[in-house]
Amino acid sequence: MPKKVLKEFKVEYLQILDESGSCDESLMPKLSNEEIRKMYEMLVLIRVFDQKAFNMQRQGRLGTYIQFKGQEACQIGSAAVLEDKDWVFPMYRNSGLLIARKHPVVQILQYWNGDERGMKSPDNVNNFPIAIPVGTHMIHAAGAAWAAKLKGAKDIAITYFGEGATSKGDFHEAMNFAGVFQTPCIFFCENNQYAISVPRPKQTHSETIAQKAIAYGIEGIQVDGMDIFAVYKATKDAVEKARAGKGPTLIEAFTYRMCDHSTSDDASRYRSKEELESWMKKDPVDRLEKYMRKKGLLDDAYKEKVMNQSKDIVEKAVTEFEKISNPDPKDMFKFVYVEMTQQQKEEMENILGQ
Amino acid sequence: MVVANVVQAVTMGLRQELKRDKNVIVMGEDVGLNGGVFRATDGLQKEFGANRVIDTPLAELGIVGTAIGIAVNGMKPVAEIQFSGFLYGAFDQLLSHAARIRSRSRGRFSCPLVVRAPYGTGIRALELHCESGESIFSHVAGLKMVVPSNPYDTKGLLAAAIRDPDPVIFYEPMRIYRAIKQDIPEDDYIVPLGKANIIQQGDDLTLIAWGAMVKTCQEAIAKLQGKYSVELIDLRTINPYDAETIISSVKKTGRCVIAHEAPRTSGFAAELTAAINEKALLSLHAPVARVTGPDTPIPFAKLEGYYLPDADRIIKGIEKVMGF
Repeated sequence: MPKKVLKEFKVEYLQILDESGSCDESLMPKLSNEEIRKMYEMLVLIRVFDQKAFNMQRQGRLGTYIQFKGQEACQIGSAAVLEDKDWVFPMYRNSGLLIARKHPVVQILQYWNGDERGMKSPDNVNNFPIAIPVGTHMIHAAGAAWAAKLKGAKDIAITYFGEGATSKGDFHEAMNFAGVFQTPCIFFCENNQYAISVPRPKQTHSETIAQKAIAYGIEGIQVDGMDIFAVYKATKDAVEKARAGKGPTLIEAFTYRMCDHSTSDDASRYRSKEELESWMKKDPVDRLEKYMRKKGLLDDAYKEKVMNQSKDIVEKAVTEFEKISNPDPKDMFKFVYVEMTQQQKEEMENILGQ
Repeated sequence: MVVANVVQAVTMGLRQELKRDKNVIVMGEDVGLNGGVFRATDGLQKEFGANRVIDTPLAELGIVGTAIGIAVNGMKPVAEIQFSGFLYGAFDQLLSHAARIRSRSRGRFSCPLVVRAPYGTGIRALELHCESGESIFSHVAGLKMVVPSNPYDTKGLLAAAIRDPDPVIFYEPMRIYRAIKQDIPEDDYIVPLGKANIIQQGDDLTLIAWGAMVKTCQEAIAKLQGKYSVELIDLRTINPYDAETIISSVKKTGRCVIAHEAPRTSGFAAELTAAINEKALLSLHAPVARVTGPDTPIPFAKLEGYYLPDADRIIKGIEKVMGF
């Protein structure tokens, strides 16, 4: 008896805006000029922030910082689709995402300077604190989305992680639960080609991350992660699908970390200048700028205005940040349980003498 | 009042809380149609539906990890892990996340989940079906750790754990699941977390235990036939533990024996002994004695009797302290 094909699968790739700033109008999502300008302004703002935070770390004014240069379109393009009440479970490379999600810039600086008050999300926005361990937070998005479904609420959950995180068993369990219970959940992989020094082909023999979704019976798509329109479109489709009760999606945003892994890393040890330069040509900010110039949405005066207003926002936040006094040491004990235990009260008295 | 054993008390506690709060859900492997491997959730899916009592894939990390997300989004998941030894696969989720969410978010989010798991040896089960990891979990700031010893406390502590706004590990004494029957109220009640129970008053010696070991202590006391006046304390909550009750008892008796089935080194008796030394040293007539399992993996059925402290070993500990 001959073998028969039980099932065939395909893996789709979406690019809308190419490196030259030319756009495939047939795929272009519906965005007003105002919305496109807003996206551009956010891209510039988070790039200015990223550079400033890096500089401050080098000057000894900030602790260890995780840059995201190159990945701005992933974070701004996807955040643009979300509602405040939606649940965001970010990774450590998501400072830009949090800014787009209304997390005050000053608090993000506080966080990276060792002040835990920095990760307290604004009350009306459901941003979970960033996860420092790699990939162990994806399952929380599956759970939060599941709760929304069980309650009959319309909020969805989205989690961000790198391609390195997909090597962990946690990824499997998160995707599997999301698939089985059809939770309104989006798995957003910022595949930036490296997990510190280890390149993508050494994380998985799978040709794409997107195709891993197939095994869980959920939809997966790869998008050009330097193309903000492709990121926006794929996320919008996934969010609408999730809100309509049609289950989870895995989005692989194919991107590049144009910076070191962290302020303690030196990427020149494991990748070439030529490789970096080839990716710089795909830069997400430059690309949108080219498009907007062609469409008459951007001229030099507007570009300069956006740059100046971004610097102004960041500098104001830095000034405010540098005036903030240290947290109350009692905070260390205050948030462990809803009420301090007797043992903690004694420990606090021993350490703080009151 | 209704006569119930420990497993039935678990079911009653779950039923009471499922009825009380529509945000409470029960989840785990085989908890639905099958009613759980120990039948602790028997009939609950039929009564409350498959969206409230949920069969999950066979994945402990996934069960606890999704429960965290569910709890953060305003529901009250009660996750069953079939045996406490299987919790190790979800350890990272409990330590790195559940325990830290309130602190990490500076109080913006909390994680009110309950993880139920049968613990302990003495039932001739397979490897890793017999673990007593209470001191491991007690070492994690942000988690609470509860171990009931009888049906009344099981229902009341489970209800309190479910209503608690912090993550609670709820160890169920598997060895005595069906060994003790009590009249317990069908009505709503709780037994507060963090409060020990003085089971019997005494003047000569304080004997502290929790979970299934409480029954073994009662057997030891019976066997002593009144030779010593023993004050038996059931700790009930391991973390945060009730230091006040213990210290005031030891100040009264001047002697203390602590019994647990977990291995001795870094077992919870070590913490209690240190607390007694810090706060009641001058009342002590003898060093505190520990009667515990040894520092070995829990042996299989053929040797488990040598591992598990029995009434005679507890009596030996009592005699050692009384004869000091």
